[in-house]
Amino acid sequence: MQTTLGRTLHALGLTLVILFTMFPFYWMVTSSLKDQSDLLASPPVWLFVPTLEHYGEIFADQKVVNAVINSLIVSVSTTALAVLLGAPAAYALARFEFRGKQDLWFWFISNRMISPIVLALPVYLLALQVKLLDTHLVLILIYLTFNLPIVVWICTDQFRSIPKELEQAARLDGANQWIIFRKIYVPLGIPGIAVSAIFSFIFSWNELLYALVLTRRTVQTAPVIATSFMSGYELPWGKIMATGTVIVLPVIIFALLVSKHMVRGLTMGATK
Amino acid sequence: MPSGAEATRDGTLPAAVPSGGRARSNPGYRRWTPFWFLAPAVFVLLAIGIYPTLFALVTSFRQYNITRPRDGFPFVGLDNYLNVLTDSTFWATLGLTARFFMTVIPFQLALGVLIALMLHRPGLGMLRALARVSLVVPLATTYAVVGLVGRLIFNGDFGVANQLIEAFGIPGFDWLGSPTGAFIAIAVMDIWQWTPFCALIFLAGLSMVPVEIEEAARLETPSKLAMLRYVQLPYLLPGLTAVLILRSADVLKLFDMVFVMTRGGPGSATDLVSVYIQRVGFRVFDMGLASAQAILLLIMTIVLSRLYIRLLYREIE
Repeated sequence: MQTTLGRTLHALGLTLVILFTMFPFYWMVTSSLKDQSDLLASPPVWLFVPTLEHYGEIFADQKVVNAVINSLIVSVSTTALAVLLGAPAAYALARFEFRGKQDLWFWFISNRMISPIVLALPVYLLALQVKLLDTHLVLILIYLTFNLPIVVWICTDQFRSIPKELEQAARLDGANQWIIFRKIYVPLGIPGIAVSAIFSFIFSWNELLYALVLTRRTVQTAPVIATSFMSGYELPWGKIMATGTVIVLPVIIFALLVSKHMVRGLTMGATK
Repeated sequence: MPSGAEATRDGTLPAAVPSGGRARSNPGYRRWTPFWFLAPAVFVLLAIGIYPTLFALVTSFRQYNITRPRDGFPFVGLDNYLNVLTDSTFWATLGLTARFFMTVIPFQLALGVLIALMLHRPGLGMLRALARVSLVVPLATTYAVVGLVGRLIFNGDFGVANQLIEAFGIPGFDWLGSPTGAFIAIAVMDIWQWTPFCALIFLAGLSMVPVEIEEAARLETPSKLAMLRYVQLPYLLPGLTAVLILRSADVLKLFDMVFVMTRGGPGSATDLVSVYIQRVGFRVFDMGLASAQAILLLIMTIVLSRLYIRLLYREIE
């Protein structure tokens, strides 16, 4: 009796959790499939005839397509750079002892907490001077300030878990550190590198403040375009929600791939 | 790079280098080897992180309004800082940020613990796995899109939030047009997005409780509350510290969602500190003042992150 009741409550609670977490996402996706009269219905309708017209609209809109391409270019490039620069640094932090190591380590972690507005102001002024505003490059570089620490952190953790014996065997064969890194640590560390790359991609893809401030027309990213629909009287809600869905869907898929590592990625490993 | 020969020598003759020398603790590399691995990353972070920060620091001592370049950018000493410190709006936004934190965090902690306990409880494997995976969805959702969806949900004319409260007999209203309503709306969206984060951290804590202890306690007492208080709580505390510090840093950073949903309005009802600084910098274009504000924000963040490191990374080497 007691246990059946407990079990029912447990099931009910878990169902509520799923409803709670999925509702805004569900509402966005269904809204993107409603036609204008269903969207503006008051009270809102829950059952309706779905339409793909808004998706047709946004994929025909050159501005949206360009923005998605810009987001892809920026996120992929910054992720590639973060891995290229971060993985060797992680190797050094994982396997070498040197003075100042801990300070360096903490410096990487502190970068996680800094408000983007702190860097957005000076980077805007500097980019203005060197004519880098509204270029992919400035976003790619500034995104490294949060991607690089993530990559370094996750890869360090991964490299630490690789047995040192493998390295010693290779050294007996005459391999130098660079070869050991490339031939042993990179292949064995691929899971960690992949997780860190996915995180880096998610954070870059989701970013709004820097993109809002540092771009004008040509390299506006997807979140900036989605936000820009939010002006005027008649808001194109269907188009906005369709764009939102297109932006969010790929990151959710990626996030599901790394869901086991989500907590580590977001806390910089303070809790395992 | 000649380190190949070096590595071979050190590697093949470990006994020949008894102690002392360059690589005492970990033979097999030269003193400068770690430097070469680290240099690119450190150099890039210095160039794109530290250099702009220093630039902001310098700017914060200047009169720097880019809409009036004719005035030049003269140094004005501590004027900007004096302006910030006596600027009641700045303090009001900080106060509001604190209030926002105090509003969302009790919900996030309570719901987080509750969800973690449900996910930790044995049984209902499929449903549990599904619920756990669903937690990832809010966390991954683009912050700006959370704001867009928030505007739709809390729309005064056809929002689903009104439909919900009307079902409880409360008349619907224009959430984002009223100061209290807008504040509640952004708080709800924040609670939605970040409760899963707390839940996952607490779940990680719960899974650290040794199984034997938990089993023994379960035989000892049927009370779930006693179990939580005496057995599980100690394992939740490190996670709690992490949540409190990270969430306060996140609230100081919070921009995207609020900017999209309310732009800080109506009036200054949702004018959190990052939203305000962005407006001073990029609407008023008073870069000197905004930089001073940003530097103060940075100092707060550094204090928080030192605290975080002090409290949570003790065990690492």
